[in-house]
Amino acid sequence: MLRYLKAGELGRYPKLADTMFADRASQFHARLGWDVTVSTEGQERDEYDATDPVYVIWEGRDGAHQGSMRFLPTTGPTMLADHFRHLVPGTPIQSPYIWETTRFCLTPGAPSRVSATLMLGGLELGLAHGLSHAVAVFDARMVRIYRQLGWPPAILGTTGTGREAISAGLWAFEPELRPMLARKARLSVELSQFWIDRALGRGAAGQLTG
Amino acid sequence: MRSVMRGIVEPFIDRMLQVKTLDELSVEITALRDSLDVENLVYHSVNSTGEQYAALTYSEKWVTRYLQEDYARIDPVVQSCYQRFDPVDWQQLDWSGKAVRSFLGEAQDEGIGNQGLSIPIRGPSGQFALFTVNQRGNNDQWAHYVNENLADLLLAAHYINRKALEIERGDEEVARLHLSPREADTLKMLALGYSRAKAAELLSISEHTLLVYIENARVKLGASNTTNAVARAVIGGLIVV
Repeated sequence: MLRYLKAGELGRYPKLADTMFADRASQFHARLGWDVTVSTEGQERDEYDATDPVYVIWEGRDGAHQGSMRFLPTTGPTMLADHFRHLVPGTPIQSPYIWETTRFCLTPGAPSRVSATLMLGGLELGLAHGLSHAVAVFDARMVRIYRQLGWPPAILGTTGTGREAISAGLWAFEPELRPMLARKARLSVELSQFWIDRALGRGAAGQLTG
Repeated sequence: MRSVMRGIVEPFIDRMLQVKTLDELSVEITALRDSLDVENLVYHSVNSTGEQYAALTYSEKWVTRYLQEDYARIDPVVQSCYQRFDPVDWQQLDWSGKAVRSFLGEAQDEGIGNQGLSIPIRGPSGQFALFTVNQRGNNDQWAHYVNENLADLLLAAHYINRKALEIERGDEEVARLHLSPREADTLKMLALGYSRAKAAELLSISEHTLLVYIENARVKLGASNTTNAVARAVIGGLIVV
């Protein structure tokens, strides 16, 4: 199921949180070779995890992490503002309607529909908060994935070429994308709405916990 | 409903751009409270060194009492907003504890409405602020109000915080608003009534690129949509039609 968890809520789901940070170590450190910090317990965390982000997490039936992404508001510190300013020349992106998403992560061997599920989760989160866009920094390998998912970003700027290219992009939150992403995630739109309603304590779903 | 709100928040933001001191900011917040016709507005900022600033319409008596009793310790609004950046409706908070119930009762005696929406704002380098709209009414009315006006309230909160930061830093202006020539051209085409497709064609760019220009301009102008961005650019003299 899709979970929308604030950093302070991760403690209620220790298995989910532990497997998420471990999968991040596998993806960003072991597989991609990024310069990230991995703890002795094999978990990857950075300074933004300490600033109370919101996580969108796909939880498997066994309660373990299968994929996740992280959101922070662009009015505060972001990776784009702190480390990738050169990608977007001119006025910094600081809008109450735009959140930054980072650490798009999949468990090794996760089915491809998990990517679509996470994008659907990101869309639901944005729409539920009245946002206009998400912004993210991503590398060349993600471009193809976003295109296949049918929700490619508007590219704001790129450095490097070929496989070394790093870009910043903007995704518009449009409700019309929902059915397409839900189909690719093999989920019903109703179930997706139920999960976000429950997370935000809205409607009948909001009365439930779990 | 939406257009009524827009008609209030837009001029508010335009006036905010002229504000030079915290006293003036405080006056504007009171004026906004009156034009929104809500019970109270509260803006409270804590910067990275722990310095605080507040501009609010609560009575002096209540503020004094709140500080004396250190009600921030138990205030569910304050407690819940430290670790989140999404707006919180007071209805979603837990008001059931004994101390909290008595705090709430006291607050209502002092003219605080029973409904509220608090918008956490994160600024640069650990700065943090909270903007609250407080109102009286039943749950359905309030849910409707929040649903209709959230986008505008987010914008108002954002501008108040930017202004407070700017005054604190002593800058004249955070960054003088400047549209790139392409962004200005794009908005100008739209102001002239051309469709996006036609505007892209006239500027010899793809519609996709046009959308990026629009979005950049919209963000710079702090506008909530394209129409709004065009209006601001015209009003601000950034484009001439």
